[in-house]
Amino acid sequence: MAYGAAVAHDEHDHHPHGWKRWVYSTNHKDIGTMYIVLALIAAIVGGVLSWWMRLELTEPGLQFFDGETQLYNAILTAHGFVMVFFVVMPAMIGGFGNWFVPLMIGAPDMAFPRMNNISFWLTAAGLTLMTLSLFVGAGPGTGWTVYPPLSSLAFHPDASVDFGILALHLAGAGSILGAINFIVTIFNMRAPGMTLHRMPLFVWAMLVTAFLLLLAVPVLAGALTMLLTDRNFGTAFFAVAGGGDPLLWQHLFWFFGHPEVYIIILPAFGIISQIVSTFSKKPVFGYLGMAYAMVAIGVVGFIVWAHHMYTSGIGVNARAYFTAATLIIAVPTGVKIFSWLATMWGGSIEFKAPMMYAIGFIWLFVLGGVTGVVLANAGIDFALHDTYYVVAHFHYVMAIAAIFAMFGGWYYWISKMSGRQYSEGLAKVQFWVFFIGVNVLFFPQHFLGLAGMPRRIPDYPDVYAGWNFVSSVGAAITVVGTLMFYYVIWHTYRYGKTVSDANPWGEGATTLEWSVPSPAPFHTHEELPVIGPTGHHHSKPAE
Amino acid sequence: MRRVSLETVFGLIALLVVGLVLSGGAATAAEPVPGLSRPWEIGMQPAHSPVMERVHEFHNLLLVIITSIVVFVLGLLGFIIIRFNARRNPVPSKTTHNTLLEVVWTAVPIMILIVIAIPSMRLLFFANKAETPEMTLKVIGHQWYWSYAYPDHGDLTFDSLPIADSEIDVKAGQVRLLSVDNPVVVPVGTQIQVLVSSDDVIHNWAVPSLALKKDATPGRVNETWVQINTEGTYYGMCSELCGVNHYFMPIEIRAVSKEAFASWVEEAKQKFASRPQPAVAAAQSSEQ
Ligand SMILES: [Cu+2]
Repeated sequence: MAYGAAVAHDEHDHHPHGWKRWVYSTNHKDIGTMYIVLALIAAIVGGVLSWWMRLELTEPGLQFFDGETQLYNAILTAHGFVMVFFVVMPAMIGGFGNWFVPLMIGAPDMAFPRMNNISFWLTAAGLTLMTLSLFVGAGPGTGWTVYPPLSSLAFHPDASVDFGILALHLAGAGSILGAINFIVTIFNMRAPGMTLHRMPLFVWAMLVTAFLLLLAVPVLAGALTMLLTDRNFGTAFFAVAGGGDPLLWQHLFWFFGHPEVYIIILPAFGIISQIVSTFSKKPVFGYLGMAYAMVAIGVVGFIVWAHHMYTSGIGVNARAYFTAATLIIAVPTGVKIFSWLATMWGGSIEFKAPMMYAIGFIWLFVLGGVTGVVLANAGIDFALHDTYYVVAHFHYVMAIAAIFAMFGGWYYWISKMSGRQYSEGLAKVQFWVFFIGVNVLFFPQHFLGLAGMPRRIPDYPDVYAGWNFVSSVGAAITVVGTLMFYYVIWHTYRYGKTVSDANPWGEGATTLEWSVPSPAPFHTHEELPVIGPTGHHHSKPAE
Repeated sequence: MRRVSLETVFGLIALLVVGLVLSGGAATAAEPVPGLSRPWEIGMQPAHSPVMERVHEFHNLLLVIITSIVVFVLGLLGFIIIRFNARRNPVPSKTTHNTLLEVVWTAVPIMILIVIAIPSMRLLFFANKAETPEMTLKVIGHQWYWSYAYPDHGDLTFDSLPIADSEIDVKAGQVRLLSVDNPVVVPVGTQIQVLVSSDDVIHNWAVPSLALKKDATPGRVNETWVQINTEGTYYGMCSELCGVNHYFMPIEIRAVSKEAFASWVEEAKQKFASRPQPAVAAAQSSEQ
């Protein structure tokens, strides 16, 4: 009751309305919503780019890019950047992170609300620059790895690469500020009784992710700045003629790039843990093991970067080390998988859409994980490096898995965010179409890679036609599944059943966001909830 | 209505099966090329070098391991879905810890990784360098062709350019996107040290059936090696994004007997001597 009164009070007095509410927003929920909208827009950009590529690859020969293969290269570059920096990261970290970290730890908002605002707008500006880069000159045909000398002025003389670099600088600055915000919020603003060892696993995931961002993104920023001065001010960090080394870029890029894949997948781990526990109606199995497995993955993730560089000419002892270090990551990853299964074991599982996506995530992550164990071996990289096997691997384990976590998270939390519930029937159909689509799309790419088809090519030898056709059929199904998701969003806002219960999921949903009304009022936890001493799950706040 | 749609589905499946059979048949009818994949291939290309033989062996081991893991984990997932759904199991248990179980699922993966790591290291060190190389082949990547040099054979040097789709002669056994005007010719059964570099951007000299894959990086000479078991043609493609024509930068190796190689060298010396200077030098001088 007290909450209801507070809502009415807030809605009318305590925040600006109209465009000012959004542009000037310092509210973690509004900013979270803006991040999710940004991700939904960017996903259309990134999605159209990938479908364009898949359309070209449906059959051998150049259908759409004859004489325009630079455009193809630019599209594959932009697809990677947009999906990583402007879809997955904004949706998971900026979107769900902003929305639910404060709610879950019992904090009234993020620690630095104005910094939160600038983080978002830097990201939005980055997306704009990234999209523009496609239209500047010939476009950045470098791949998301931006390896010099291809990315140097001699081989990309127009400003498209500079646009890309500045886009990443902006998004990177936004990410670093966001990371600081999460770390300070989580360390300093937990409600009384919410010890670190009682935090929901999603919050743990965000904490580890924030540290990875804080340590990895500045390295990218440094490398990008060096590339920018190489291109524009005559330095030669990466130019052989000036005493530089193209391999320096690769080391710096992957020192960032490998943690980056955990930056993408750790929030997904967090979301999946919440969902699995909620719909199994059981607390997470091996909670501490789960939390520290993420810490371990984060730490080890910083010392495996050169497994992306096995064929670059690094020494055999270095390759032996990176093989061993990379294999080790399978151990904490296995702990995660087995703990999810053990959480479900003995549970009373309700197969609502979020749970379908969580199970789908486990499916994808296991399939993509085992090919990671294969690729970890420098010895087998002679056969698989830079082939479609790698493309299949990382789309399974990182890209599509992350999207499953995002879809799952959206279905899980939408009633809290919007006050309306999605249609279970529509959601189930959407799940199956999307699940079948992505598997038909990416599974055959393992075959193509094993058979030796290189990645990043707009045309391929005719022997690879068969599985490429199947893969493109999968892409078409995925398109339908994706559009259905946008339809579900529209349908939910338009026709979704109004949810006024704090907790629509029942006994399994024990984290604090399910103790505030739906939709979550503009201000929550103005009076700090007190967390009881019973294990890592909260007791309801005093009314 | 339902009947019709079912028939359509079966029709499509039948069509797919027929297509698969036909394409398989077509592959066997054509002249066999050792270093080329086949339509609808689901595995690696056949091995034609000692390294690739070991890659096959190791991959077969890995395939057994990862398939077992997938079957076990997804089987477990399936069992849980059936056994512990809310209808069959209305009252959830409250178990959240089992130390023994947690130790087991940490220790067993470590043991599996050790089983993987030992052959992995053996393969890595075996593949690293030729023990007793009998000759050297220098490979230089350019946007967008390769050039080859034989320092042990009077510095014989030539460029290897791709053949445009319209010029491809299928009857002569040429393959679209894979055939070149001057294949690199090497003797079989010979340990060859391969030195790879580039004079512009990073390329990658790769031939799947021989487990060859090495970055061609400017300012750096990367070393790998090959010993080809059987005579024949081996195809590969540039495997590092290198710009506009990255997709069209094929590698064609022709492995011949040692005698045939010796006579080829003599012919090639004549053939390529008429060129004023190798394109590498030409490109460099035009830049200055
Ligand atoms: Cu190339």
